Amino acid sequence: MTLELSFNQQPGHLRQGSSIGQPLTRRDGFLKVTGAARYAADNHPPGTLYAVLAVASIARGRVASLDVEAAKAHSGVVEVMTPRNRPALATDPDAKDHPFMFRLDLLQNDQVRYPNQSIAVVIAETLEAATEGAALLSPRYEALPARVGLDGAKSFVPRGVGVGNPAVQEKGDVEAGLKSAKTRIEASYETPAQYHNAMEPHAIVAAWDGDRLSIDTPSQGLAMAQGRIAGLFGIPPQNVHIRSPFLGGGFGSKGMISGPQVLGILAARLVGRPVKLVLRREQMFGPVGHRAPTRQTLRMGMDGEGRLTAIDHRAKTASSTFDDFFEPAADASHTLYASPAIATSHEAVRLDTGTPLFMRAPGEATGSIALESAIDEAAHACGMDPLEFRLKNYAEVEPMTGKPFSSKALRECYSQAAKAFGWASRPLQPRLMRDADGFLTGWGLGTATFPALMFQAEARAVLRADGSGLMETGAQDMGQGAWTAFAQIAADGLGLDIDQVDFRAGSSDLPNAGIAGGSGHTATAGMAIHNAGAAVIARLADLATGNEASPLFGAGNEGVVARGGRLYRRDDENRSESYGEILTRAGLIEIEGHGTGAPDPAFQEAYAKHAHGAVFAEVKVDPDFGQIRVTRLVGAFAAGRVINPRLVRSQYYGGMIWGVSFALHEEAITDRRSGRIQNANLAEYHVPVNADVPSVEAILVHEDDPYVNALGIKGVGEIGVTGTAGAVANAVWHATGVRPRRFPIRIEDLLG
Amino acid sequence: MRDFDYIRPTSIPDAIAAAAEPGSAYLAGGTNLLDLMKGGVTSPERIVDISRLPELNRTERLDDGGLRIGALVRNADLAHDAAFAKDYSAVAEALLSGASAQLRNAATVGGNLLQRTRCSYFYDTASACNKRVSGAGCAALGGENRLHAVLGWSDACIATHPSDFCVPLVALDAVVEIEGTRGRRHVTLEEFHRLPGAAPQRENALEPGDLIVAVRLPAEAASFAANARYLKVRERTSYAFAVVSAAAALVVDDGKIRAARLALGGVAAKPWRARAAEAVLLGADANEATFASAANAALADASPSGDNAFKIELARRIVVRALMSAQAGTPERLPALPASPFSSIPGARHDA
Ligand SMILES: Cc1cc2nc3c(=O)[nH]c(=O)nc-3n(C[C@H](O)[C@H](O)[C@H](O)COP(=O)(O)OP(=O)(O)OC[C@H]3O[C@@H](n4cnc5c(N)ncnc54)[C@H](O)[C@@H]3O)c2cc1C
Ligand code: SF4
Repeated sequence: MTLELSFNQQPGHLRQGSSIGQPLTRRDGFLKVTGAARYAADNHPPGTLYAVLAVASIARGRVASLDVEAAKAHSGVVEVMTPRNRPALATDPDAKDHPFMFRLDLLQNDQVRYPNQSIAVVIAETLEAATEGAALLSPRYEALPARVGLDGAKSFVPRGVGVGNPAVQEKGDVEAGLKSAKTRIEASYETPAQYHNAMEPHAIVAAWDGDRLSIDTPSQGLAMAQGRIAGLFGIPPQNVHIRSPFLGGGFGSKGMISGPQVLGILAARLVGRPVKLVLRREQMFGPVGHRAPTRQTLRMGMDGEGRLTAIDHRAKTASSTFDDFFEPAADASHTLYASPAIATSHEAVRLDTGTPLFMRAPGEATGSIALESAIDEAAHACGMDPLEFRLKNYAEVEPMTGKPFSSKALRECYSQAAKAFGWASRPLQPRLMRDADGFLTGWGLGTATFPALMFQAEARAVLRADGSGLMETGAQDMGQGAWTAFAQIAADGLGLDIDQVDFRAGSSDLPNAGIAGGSGHTATAGMAIHNAGAAVIARLADLATGNEASPLFGAGNEGVVARGGRLYRRDDENRSESYGEILTRAGLIEIEGHGTGAPDPAFQEAYAKHAHGAVFAEVKVDPDFGQIRVTRLVGAFAAGRVINPRLVRSQYYGGMIWGVSFALHEEAITDRRSGRIQNANLAEYHVPVNADVPSVEAILVHEDDPYVNALGIKGVGEIGVTGTAGAVANAVWHATGVRPRRFPIRIEDLLG
Repeated sequence: MRDFDYIRPTSIPDAIAAAAEPGSAYLAGGTNLLDLMKGGVTSPERIVDISRLPELNRTERLDDGGLRIGALVRNADLAHDAAFAKDYSAVAEALLSGASAQLRNAATVGGNLLQRTRCSYFYDTASACNKRVSGAGCAALGGENRLHAVLGWSDACIATHPSDFCVPLVALDAVVEIEGTRGRRHVTLEEFHRLPGAAPQRENALEPGDLIVAVRLPAEAASFAANARYLKVRERTSYAFAVVSAAAALVVDDGKIRAARLALGGVAAKPWRARAAEAVLLGADANEATFASAANAALADASPSGDNAFKIELARRIVVRALMSAQAGTPERLPALPASPFSSIPGARHDA
């Protein structure tokens, strides 16, 4: 079964030949605002039962007893799944074949290793019965003391951080650099544990048919999820069909299939009926990943002209007691500022929490707020304007590796954003600006950066004799606009009007589109689409140019161009032929082509590839109360080719708002004794509301990059978080004279 | 969720009779009760849905010049009632500074008075909480308590009452009209909520079956219309509970304070009427020095119950600012960011 989505209700689009570069509105927007878009939990196959997790209220220990009888006796409860009767798995959920195979809690034993870990699943005819059944289990525990906080356990140096980067790296002699410096600063910052908190909770509707499995669940990586599930259940991947047309956000937490999702599949297996399992908000604080807390210390040395002589960036972070993910915070210092000596190092502790995961610029965001704060301190120590200081230390080559950048329009970002913001009139000293109402006013700057990553993807393109086209790839739209941007790339790749292209995505039976993560989805799947389009057009051109009856005969493959459903001779635009004519003459109903997207090995090693940006923030602070408001944000970003400026701008806005969130709002508050998170709800786990972001502006800076990929696409999803968080922190300092040392910045930190 | 009976009485006496049975709870807007039920914090056996009792949904002027607000009047409807907002703008401002537009559309007057504390340990059923289970202990003591009480707390409970609405109401001598199995009675809002003492589970003056039918504002309350403000400091610009808030209302004549009302929110288990501060204000010159003495008087008995000493100093400053704003005069129109310190920012576009 393929997914049938009809986008035909949308208003007409603005079009001028090419689709790429047009600010089309979201093709799925109409479905979403009318409620017609079907998210995972909206599915309800006949006979569906409801599964509810019972989760641990202790951080560490074992489940001594569960009152399964009481739960089963409750009217409507069908079954209770515990370690005793959980169906067998083909693979141990604690096995780890590769670094990105994260260990899952699938009722493999009675151990508890973090709060909110699943300890049983109650399956019932109604959600209410399952919920009450879970409460009736009344678990009793043998608890051990929880290990909480960055000082809560013995620290060690992890084997690798992030995606496997070395935990300790050094270029040049940092101590010598510091020693020779005229000015030095040393500064520490703490960032809290944060939880992804996508609006849509992790949800799954799973139905078995023999050893075939049909699933509706949000996924940022369909093929990986399919492979992981197939491995766990010992069935061929093609037996697992996952539909994920729409995600209500993911932010990294839906990159890997999570334990609770697999428990939904196990529950369906156990009862032999379709099962729906939807996490409650508080249950998302544990088993679906988070961003670990960090404590970072930076030391910098500067010569008499404000040039960096050394950067030393140390980070302490945490992982779970049973798996490895280490927030690579210090690595933020590898790419931004030129310095003859750079050292970065990480240490970590193991805490009784769920395993941290990739979240909204993992490492880049945490590292950026510390690095950008420290750079600000360094500029001030040198008596320099923060922008002038950054320009003085502008990296012409990637500082850590010495590689040239594939492209880098950061100077233009600085200058365009500074101009739009009005930075030039900023006083150097803090606490000098007041507005007409007496609020302390501050201006801050942060540099944004994010690597231009690519993974692996495939796409399949079809041209039909009726003149229409089809493009298929199992891409994932988390809300970022993939349905639209990919259709634009497909239309151009096929030389068709976008309305002539049937674009299919969001389903695991389509070609593997790779992961929607690392801000690399548009580049990766976009290149697969582009190449698939080129492949099918090449076949079409073969048919035409090789046939004497065609006006294009003899032009050669390179001699034709595809546009508006026709092939034209390059040297004579009067000679052309429609796709339909070519296919019909050849007696073909359709032809197809395949394409892949992957980093180009030729340029992979030679260049440093990053998107860049500059973010300027204005904050107002109540001088008596310390309440902060970000009254203005202006960011300028250079991230290669822009497929759809409307969507890209939205991504920047979103990222910048998450940056405000990082600086001022987000924090999981963990009870120091129990290890339980005390604000596991959206009333008390704050993210910005509209009134917190009254003015956000994103400037798209032109950048051609011939090396990242043929389309010149970098990534735009996560970069906005970086830079912004530091810009806000620096603006708070400029307003108040108080340097934020922990995030989010709290009222009491500014009360004075 | 546990199964429960659902009853929708058609008259007040029927409602009271139904709710007098043990294990009952009234359902009004449901914005607090249903959350608590879903979290297993409370599990009533019977829900008495009063949301469609028409006689509770009216606001009327009383012959003595006072105002009687039905218990089911929605928070949003009351705040957007132009006549009400003119006479009691601090109350309207407080209402609009609370929760979100959607919640205010559902939340009722009675429900707002009776909303439970936001103490996270009260919500976390795995934690000890004297309010939830009498005698169980108080996990907030020694825990994550930077937003807990600084006034009127006890070793049994350090929670705060989260309502914004109640703060100007208590300042303006509001009276709660209660109907129970033994008829109707009136209790001042100041006496309605209780401090925890040794029995934090007893939060107010209601007996089983008691229904709040209305809240009355005495005639005198409107005499502060020209100089009344509510000010709320929070951790995001909108949609957040108060860290500390204050309602201030003054009658100033020739630079002298003829009448003064002051109450604090987010500092205690009840909306905190600052009578000692009012005594300082009464008859004194209306200036910052007076306001500062009043602030000191208001917080004289304050002490931190945990990592929250900053709230005491913050409360002092808020009191001073609230009094200054009240003295400056009630704004012509409700500000775009009601009760926010940033409400005066020109061009602030966002209604909370
Ligand atoms: C996310 C969130 C944010 C919020 N932010 C704020 C805020 O910033 N400021 C603020 O002040 N409030 C805030 N609130 C609380 C909100 O104001 C209350 O939930 C609301 O006022 C309760 O009214 P209700 O009618 O929905 O009450 P319900 O939930 O129906 O009832 C609450 C309680 O009152 C009882 N009850 C209701 N009516 C009567 C009656 N007439 N007689 C006797 N008993 C009765 C019920 O039995 C129940 O125990 C917030 C709530 C949420 C969920
Ligand atoms: S402060 Fe009060 S509500 Fe909070 S845990 Fe203690 S007793 Fe319970």
